[in-house]
Amino acid sequence: MRQLSWPARLYIVAVVLGGAYVIVSGPFTGIDWSIFVVLAALFWICESAPATLTPQRFSWTAGTSATLASVVLLGPVGAALVGTVTAIIVHRDRTLIQRIFNSGMYAVSAYAAGRAYLALGGHVGIPDHNSFPAMLGPFALAAVVHVVANNGLVGGLLLLFRSPDSPARRGLANTDFKLLLSDLGYAAFGLLIAALWKVVGPFSAILVVIPLFVARWAITQHAAQQQAYEATMAALCKAVETKDFYTRGHSERVSRGSSMLAREIGMRADRLEAITYAGMLHDVGKLGVPTKVLQKSGKLTEEEYAAIQLHPMRGLEIVREIGFLDEALAGIMHHHERIDGRGYPLGLAGDEIPEFARVIAVADAFDSMTSTRSYRGARKIDEAVAELRKWSGTQFDPALVDAFVTALQRDGWEQPAPVPPPDGGIDQVTAQDHDDPTAPLRVIESR
Amino acid sequence: MDSGQLLLIAAAGMLAVAAIAQTATVGIVQVGDAVAFGSLVALGELLRITLPGNREAAPIAAGGALGYALLLTIGQQPAKQSALQVVVITVGGMIVGALPHLAAGRPAKLAGMASRLVAVACAAFVFRPLAPKAFMQAHSHWWIALAVMALLVVLAWFVDALFSALIRAEELRAKFSVALWDELRVQLPLGAAVGASALLLAFSSEVMGLAAVWVFTGPLLVSQVAFRRYVGIRTTYLETVRALSRMTEVGGYVEGGHSRRVSRLAVAVGRELGMSEPDLDELEYAALMHDIGQLSLRDPIPGGATVLVSAGDQRRIAELGADVIRQAGVLDQVADIVRRQCDPARGSAESPPVGSRIIRAANAFDDLVGNSADRDRAASALERLRLDTASEYDPGVVEALSKVVGRRSLSRA
Repeated sequence: MRQLSWPARLYIVAVVLGGAYVIVSGPFTGIDWSIFVVLAALFWICESAPATLTPQRFSWTAGTSATLASVVLLGPVGAALVGTVTAIIVHRDRTLIQRIFNSGMYAVSAYAAGRAYLALGGHVGIPDHNSFPAMLGPFALAAVVHVVANNGLVGGLLLLFRSPDSPARRGLANTDFKLLLSDLGYAAFGLLIAALWKVVGPFSAILVVIPLFVARWAITQHAAQQQAYEATMAALCKAVETKDFYTRGHSERVSRGSSMLAREIGMRADRLEAITYAGMLHDVGKLGVPTKVLQKSGKLTEEEYAAIQLHPMRGLEIVREIGFLDEALAGIMHHHERIDGRGYPLGLAGDEIPEFARVIAVADAFDSMTSTRSYRGARKIDEAVAELRKWSGTQFDPALVDAFVTALQRDGWEQPAPVPPPDGGIDQVTAQDHDDPTAPLRVIESR
Repeated sequence: MDSGQLLLIAAAGMLAVAAIAQTATVGIVQVGDAVAFGSLVALGELLRITLPGNREAAPIAAGGALGYALLLTIGQQPAKQSALQVVVITVGGMIVGALPHLAAGRPAKLAGMASRLVAVACAAFVFRPLAPKAFMQAHSHWWIALAVMALLVVLAWFVDALFSALIRAEELRAKFSVALWDELRVQLPLGAAVGASALLLAFSSEVMGLAAVWVFTGPLLVSQVAFRRYVGIRTTYLETVRALSRMTEVGGYVEGGHSRRVSRLAVAVGRELGMSEPDLDELEYAALMHDIGQLSLRDPIPGGATVLVSAGDQRRIAELGADVIRQAGVLDQVADIVRRQCDPARGSAESPPVGSRIIRAANAFDDLVGNSADRDRAASALERLRLDTASEYDPGVVEALSKVVGRRSLSRA
């Protein structure tokens, strides 16, 4: 709690006190304690097994269904009480403060859902066939109120937790919408638990747990696969770089820079993911450039220059079959176009250049300038920024350069460690860097 | 199409025709309920998903149809539909749900539908005659009904897996026992969810009436989205490894198409040898990336054929490749297969994993034959591998390889 700001502490205390207040003021009449035990146990199981969602590190639990079942079966106070069992969850990722806050938050949102259910004329107790379809409306409202209150309270904490303009804060708006919808879907399970109680009693909770845990399994598997996928892609991109002593880590840094810039200009979550991959893969086509061309230190012949200019096309050739957004492919193919139309491979200008390509171009040049090269040391960050500004409008999109500088100031940039000259072992050295705007490739003029 | 698939589709078709003919004479009872469940099946058929290994599944359709088969009471009314009516409603829903797929130019996937229909029919034919019995209807003994339903759900899951495995074994020429085991394993999570959903649907209809069907669609859809995302990332993963394995080709290190051909050959050989699906997945990744170590070489090997360079160089390439793969942190088995791909099959203290032995043979074969379809060339390459089975190549692997190659040239001829 020590690292929390004062507003955040106040917020936590307010939420916890709110939860305590709704419970203490009761009334407890009409709560069937045997049902309470089953639902609290179900809630506890759901909350103890969260699925971590990548890449935001949010976690997801299926507790919504238990809470909404208790809204129907136990009423608002009982539902709030069920919410407090999160305090006794033993989970390695959660501190005591988090658990207490969660208890308060669940108590408040469950109570709100319970009041909403009653307000629309919902009846507390075990529903029978006369309750339907009359209770569908109140239940739907309760579900919406619970999901909104729950996510609103967590969102409020996140806003206070992080600095006001952190990208996470702006990311919140577009990532949470899908989660809200899926929470509403799982809320429907709560109604099923309540409805089944008449027929199979507590066993209804067990029947509901199975599909919930299969969903959880799928979510966890997705996260695990995605991590494995990213790690594998990064490893393969590193394999391309091992050949060249100075450009190691370039792909990963360009990927990081592109996603930083993309987030800054408010790209949607799925496009953000795609540009992260596109940044990673932007130079795989360099494999198609003969090593001796990459290592040549003098002026290049026109054929050699043409070979270098072909590398974005070669990259496209390799990654074309991956089921990406088409935009990622366009980003890889056009990342050496220039705003003034003098780039390659097609010589597109201005807005003709796909947005992905313009973003990658900025990150690409920036990383090249801030890394050590055989013919110069790494530039400092402000020198590189000055260079970006200098070429802004001719080589780079001015709006993107501005956004990149803003993002740099906020998030910082981790420059690669200075690279000592190679010791003449198996490492190979490129004498020129096609990504470096301050040292353009020199080509022998014919005639 | 294979004969097994045709047989299954014909059987399901006959079942459907008989059910429709019978129902046409007696009429459909409780039409409203039938329409509601039929639409759930149609929706599920519309929203099919693809499971790992390119399997088709329609969990919402299966859950809806099973729920209809296991219905005891709906609202206050005992459910009176016959098993044949369940079949009719399922068929109807399936056809309606498949039409948009056909309209969009996607295949109808009759075999999968037939297998689902037969599975539902099995449960319906056992359960519908039992449903009106007193011990099933007694509220005090709900656990009897529950137990019977649970058994039937498992039966339906098993029947579906059995037919899918039969079709798959025939299609991919895998061993049936291995195919069945793979099928059960892949279908387990989804099968459990479908089964539990069917039970929930059947029981909650008793209290909620038809509202159960609509309330149910929400969570089913959400779970399906989660599943689809999981399968989607797996597909992208494989696509990416496939695509990036071509880096060696674009870089001029190996002949065009080499990695892809070796991986296809290796997987076919692995299947011939009865490897299970998780092992085959690893084998495919390893085969795709087996030459990745060459990226660290200063200059490409002339022609890229690793079978022609010295054993020391081969080993170095394998080690470099394994190092690259190990960096990913999640593919250690794959890295191990790649690392030991050039160890002789015999003679060393510890024989290399079967994946390495397969890749060694498949790689050598492709280096010698390449993209050529010449049967004599393939035969002489196989002969060369056979001569080396005393130490270099695994005789079992070479035999399986020659079977696979023989089949391939037959289908080409």
